[in-house]
Amino acid sequence: MSTTPRFPHRHLLGIEGLSPHDITTLLDLADRAVEVSRQVEKKKTTLRGRTQINLFFEASTRTQSSFELAGKRLGADVMNMSVASSSIKKGETLIDTAMTLNAMRPDLIVVRHHAAGAVQLLARKVDCSVINAGDGAHEHPTQALLDALTIRRNKGDIRGLVVAICGDILHSRVARSNMILLNALGAEVRAVGPATLLPSGLERMGAKVFTSMKEGLKGADIVMMLRLQRERMNGSFVPSVKEYFRFYGLDSEKLAYAKPDALVMHPGPMNRGVEIASDIADGAQSLIREQVEMGVAVRMAVLEALASNLPNG
Amino acid sequence: MTDSPPVLIRDARLVDPASGREQRGHLAVANGVIVEMGAGIDPVAVPDGARVVDANGRVLAPGLVDMRAFVGEPGAEYRETLASAGRAAAAGGVTTVVCMPETDPPVDDPAVVDFLIRRARDTAAVRMLPAAALTKGLHGAEMTEIGLLMEAGAVFFTDGTRALTDPLVMRRALTYARDFGALIVQHVEEPRLAGGVMNEGELASRLGLPGIPREAETLMLERDLRLVRLTRGRYHAAMISCADSVEIVRGAKKAGLPVTCGVSINSLALNENDIGPYRTFLKLSPPLRHEDDRTAVVAALAEGVIDVIVSDHDPQDVETKRRPFAEAANGAIGLETMLAVGLRLVHAGEIGLVPLLRAMSTRPADILGLPQGRLEVGAPADLILFDPDEPFVLDPGKLQSICKNTPFDEARLQGVVHLTTVAGRIVHEIAG
Repeated sequence: MSTTPRFPHRHLLGIEGLSPHDITTLLDLADRAVEVSRQVEKKKTTLRGRTQINLFFEASTRTQSSFELAGKRLGADVMNMSVASSSIKKGETLIDTAMTLNAMRPDLIVVRHHAAGAVQLLARKVDCSVINAGDGAHEHPTQALLDALTIRRNKGDIRGLVVAICGDILHSRVARSNMILLNALGAEVRAVGPATLLPSGLERMGAKVFTSMKEGLKGADIVMMLRLQRERMNGSFVPSVKEYFRFYGLDSEKLAYAKPDALVMHPGPMNRGVEIASDIADGAQSLIREQVEMGVAVRMAVLEALASNLPNG
Repeated sequence: MTDSPPVLIRDARLVDPASGREQRGHLAVANGVIVEMGAGIDPVAVPDGARVVDANGRVLAPGLVDMRAFVGEPGAEYRETLASAGRAAAAGGVTTVVCMPETDPPVDDPAVVDFLIRRARDTAAVRMLPAAALTKGLHGAEMTEIGLLMEAGAVFFTDGTRALTDPLVMRRALTYARDFGALIVQHVEEPRLAGGVMNEGELASRLGLPGIPREAETLMLERDLRLVRLTRGRYHAAMISCADSVEIVRGAKKAGLPVTCGVSINSLALNENDIGPYRTFLKLSPPLRHEDDRTAVVAALAEGVIDVIVSDHDPQDVETKRRPFAEAANGAIGLETMLAVGLRLVHAGEIGLVPLLRAMSTRPADILGLPQGRLEVGAPADLILFDPDEPFVLDPGKLQSICKNTPFDEARLQGVVHLTTVAGRIVHEIAG
């Protein structure tokens, strides 16, 4: 039996609080998980007998199925609970839900919630390991890890790379987790977008701020696009989709400002023609589909690392 | 109230924030008022039947006057009643409490003022004075019966946690109130800019929470002060929280406008970093700001630009607080802790004891036109005896309030109130 390297945390609530060593431990584990996922026999037994609950207060296709598949490939019993079928709609509080689920003795709970800090709150009330699958505009750690894994496998090393994170950074948990992780591993992080979508204090969070794509993408190794929510497109944060795409949508003209071998990423789901042109999303420089594959591997790595710390583990 | 026996307090450190005088001495109370005070540790004669309290050198000061507390009565008695708020106030050394009008029904009718005054007289240990709504139903559209409400006993007019946003309504209210000598108290926050849940800045960005810029406060404050200049109505900004607001108020006072302002005890003692991992007991309105803002409001208090300190006592139960930060209610309890928390500033050398007590007693009493808030022969015998140095660890379970949403949970504080009197009647006492 291969031993899992030591990961000194009970939960994965964010990238904040992880050391660079913790991060590379997870990425190394994920590299091994990629190999497992590419075999015909994809099943491992690491989580045999363990129960994993995916608790999604916010709709998600990609992240939820990715966690489900990751759990199943490791042999866990996976149960999905989504808000539509739960008693949250009947007025039960988050804490009550946490206590109820806890009484069912799961080993791992994967949580997505629309409010920042909600996963931390829930983690304080349960005995099992909790994984943050996205909490409001706070963090989405497994997305940052899968992005890092994708970058590392394509560029060899993250240190010294110029990564431009573009678009709606204000509302993005993906951007926050990525900024912390990429800074920890020594990349130069840039935040690019219209000023209405940039939160204050970005420089102190370790990002260089640009409001022009031309300036922000100059010399970039990685161009990471973010999704712009529909309700923010029409006059509230930006005047219109048309104007946003013209100035901030990634097309071949803007991508040409980056390095010739720059790679394009997007956490999905994409708004083609809003933040990214279709030909770029599907083009040779795009890593978007590979990100999805890495997503399963990274989540396997996280589940394995946390499971190794569970009682009787 | 006048039938309680005379009280004689001997060997006290008398601190009168009204005059700034401090002396070792004694003080005697009869018929609800201070009848004698002097430098001798003991008086020349002890009145017949007097209860003698040995202060052992502790501080004897006027009871605190709190211009801003939310009590759930009527309508939300599960959060706080006049009786429970009165117990909390007595234990914390607050002898006069102004209750906010955001009750159910709201205090926008003289009959509700009358109810509150009778109910408080019958059930509360301290003086509870109702503030009335500034607009009917707190809807911000039509002014209330300012004259009739004052006759009924309302001490000032405010829409509580809601800012009066309509400039026309504010202009007319200030103009109308002026001739009644009524005081208008505003929650200085432009709601359209205050859609966030904590101070805007790096920390909010890191936590992924929407921020409230300081401009939400300064914009409303500046607008209101323009209207005060136009109307000359008496205006009080309930709580300011940032350095820019201090400058605005300073300018208005220099220009001779009839303006005063307050600050929450929380804004003096805490900053945004205290929120830590999404602690909802520190979700407040105005939000806790940066440390630079905290030091600016502390300096403004010492200087007298800020007139009063309020507890902003706002009981919230588990249902409204044990939620994700953005979804939790604003507010913290404070009646019982405001003195000890204020003394933290004294111990840290940030403000003197006299200016602190002045902002918690004399100044608010003056603004409200009340005779208390001073140690003076003939003044109401609303008194507190406390040891400013005595340490304790705050145990929320021991607080008198029904709700336990204190930001000072398990905090190490100094300053224990040993005796509280209201009109000469002992309403709180701990032995020793």
